[in-house]
Amino acid sequence: MDIKLQQVSYAYSKGTPFEKYALFNVDLTIPHGTYQAIIGHTGSGKSTILQHFNGLLKPSEGQVHIGERVIVAGKKAKELKPVRQKVGIVFQFPEHQLFEETVLKDIMFGPMNFGVSEQVAEARARELIKLVGLPEDILNKSPFDLSGGQMRRVAIAGVLAMDPEVIVLDEPTAGLDPRGQKEIMDMFYNLHKERGLTTILVTHSMEDAARYADQIAIMHEGRCVLNGTPHEIFSDSDTLEKYRLELPHIVRFQRKIEQLMKKPLSKICLTEEELAAEVAHALREGRDAK
Amino acid sequence: MTEILSFNNVSFSYTPDNPELRNAVQDVSFSINEGEWIAIVGHNGSGKSTMVKLVCGLLFPQDGEVRVMRNVLTEENLWEVRSNIGMVFQNPDNQFVGATVQDDVAFALENSGVPYTEMVDRVHSSLAQVKMDKFLNHEPHHLSGGQKQRVAIAGALAMRPKLLILDEATSMLDPQGRDEVLKTVRALREEIGLTVLSITHDVEEALFADRVLFMNNGQKYAEGTPSEIFSLGDKLVEFGLELPFAMRMTKLFKDNGVLLEGQHMSEEELVNDLWTSNFNK
Repeated sequence: MDIKLQQVSYAYSKGTPFEKYALFNVDLTIPHGTYQAIIGHTGSGKSTILQHFNGLLKPSEGQVHIGERVIVAGKKAKELKPVRQKVGIVFQFPEHQLFEETVLKDIMFGPMNFGVSEQVAEARARELIKLVGLPEDILNKSPFDLSGGQMRRVAIAGVLAMDPEVIVLDEPTAGLDPRGQKEIMDMFYNLHKERGLTTILVTHSMEDAARYADQIAIMHEGRCVLNGTPHEIFSDSDTLEKYRLELPHIVRFQRKIEQLMKKPLSKICLTEEELAAEVAHALREGRDAK
Repeated sequence: MTEILSFNNVSFSYTPDNPELRNAVQDVSFSINEGEWIAIVGHNGSGKSTMVKLVCGLLFPQDGEVRVMRNVLTEENLWEVRSNIGMVFQNPDNQFVGATVQDDVAFALENSGVPYTEMVDRVHSSLAQVKMDKFLNHEPHHLSGGQKQRVAIAGALAMRPKLLILDEATSMLDPQGRDEVLKTVRALREEIGLTVLSITHDVEEALFADRVLFMNNGQKYAEGTPSEIFSLGDKLVEFGLELPFAMRMTKLFKDNGVLLEGQHMSEEELVNDLWTSNFNK
């Protein structure tokens, strides 16, 4: 399912003295199956844009294509339910949305709301609880007796239970320990690959954007100012600096090493493994040349 | 050395009636002296947050005792003890109560009846300490996450605490905000000798501490200087943490056959070693 924003502007409190534009003429196309990261500073419009992906916000100007569905500014958008079933949003701190008596009921709530039978919903819950890395017996517990990290996983299972084609993630690992962060990010990446999902990751983490995304869009003061591959985006440190964004830690470290070697490596390395191999290679070449 | 905080064989369970479940905190002892920075690191569920709740008397241990300023913490002295502790929480948006920066810092001072002139003085000086004195009348939504956390620190400082607790205070910030906050805390330690207890799973933050407590499943697994703790290597990874960036890179370089002399915790050391081992020959 492709997602396309065309000339989208959005104003909060439109038509009141408090009117404030948060998005200006945003064009962004996310083809089916893409892993798209959206990065930008606090207040750059990341959260506003993400709510357009399933019609929680409707554009003040422009239009949003979500698969076959088009949401046009100024026109009433009816029957958004199918869109919301297909586009699952994992908000920041999704565990705050848990409410049911048991984990099982909580995971089943979403799909049953969309007309899935009880049996199917339960089967999905049993499958998903394992997928998010929790034991099956947790299904009968109250979600409020779980640790923060476990609650986060249950909430994610609740979104996955709707069987979405597009998953939108808003800082999904904030507050988790490093292993928890990696497990969750790897899980989403595997789902993305196995099920051919479209994944949209809104994040502060240049590291995660570099590691997982096919495309990275930069938001700045309500505009989408750049969209490219991680290698394109992170090769251009001047532009990043202009938008007050940092290079991923690994790239900054590569720059330090390049200063030392007095020549650039043959490519920008986006993972630690890649950089170690590349440096080793460059050193060997240097020795052989002597 | 003045002792600011100590745990003496502290145990706590959220479910004391069910002996099958392990204690959230099990027989933990440690102390912090004036001017020290202690970091508690551990995975989610290792007991870090429970320890903070035990320090400020939101929970009381079933076994052992918590002492603040050498007094055992009890229901009776709770309020007095809390007045010695400043806290900064994880989410910058959940702890901003004032409509402007200076209102926010004044909030606790007003609550505790500090006279107006002194209040103005304290608000200004504590905001100057975190370099936010140019933002007196700014509204919270115009501030970045790092700026909001610095205001939260100023709010705590205005109460003249003996101990500042940072409970995952940088985990929701972008890298820039995180650096701002850590730089501020480091400067405060030098300027006013502030005592700091930081709860974190960010190993880079823990590198700044004088001592690190490494928690696992409610127990203190190890205590030592950052270099002692991080030399545990794979044990940390096994318990849900990661190694500092420079240590990970050192290992990867060596695996790839790059010549290096030693183990490194800071990037500078690693880069210097790369230089001396490979170029300066």
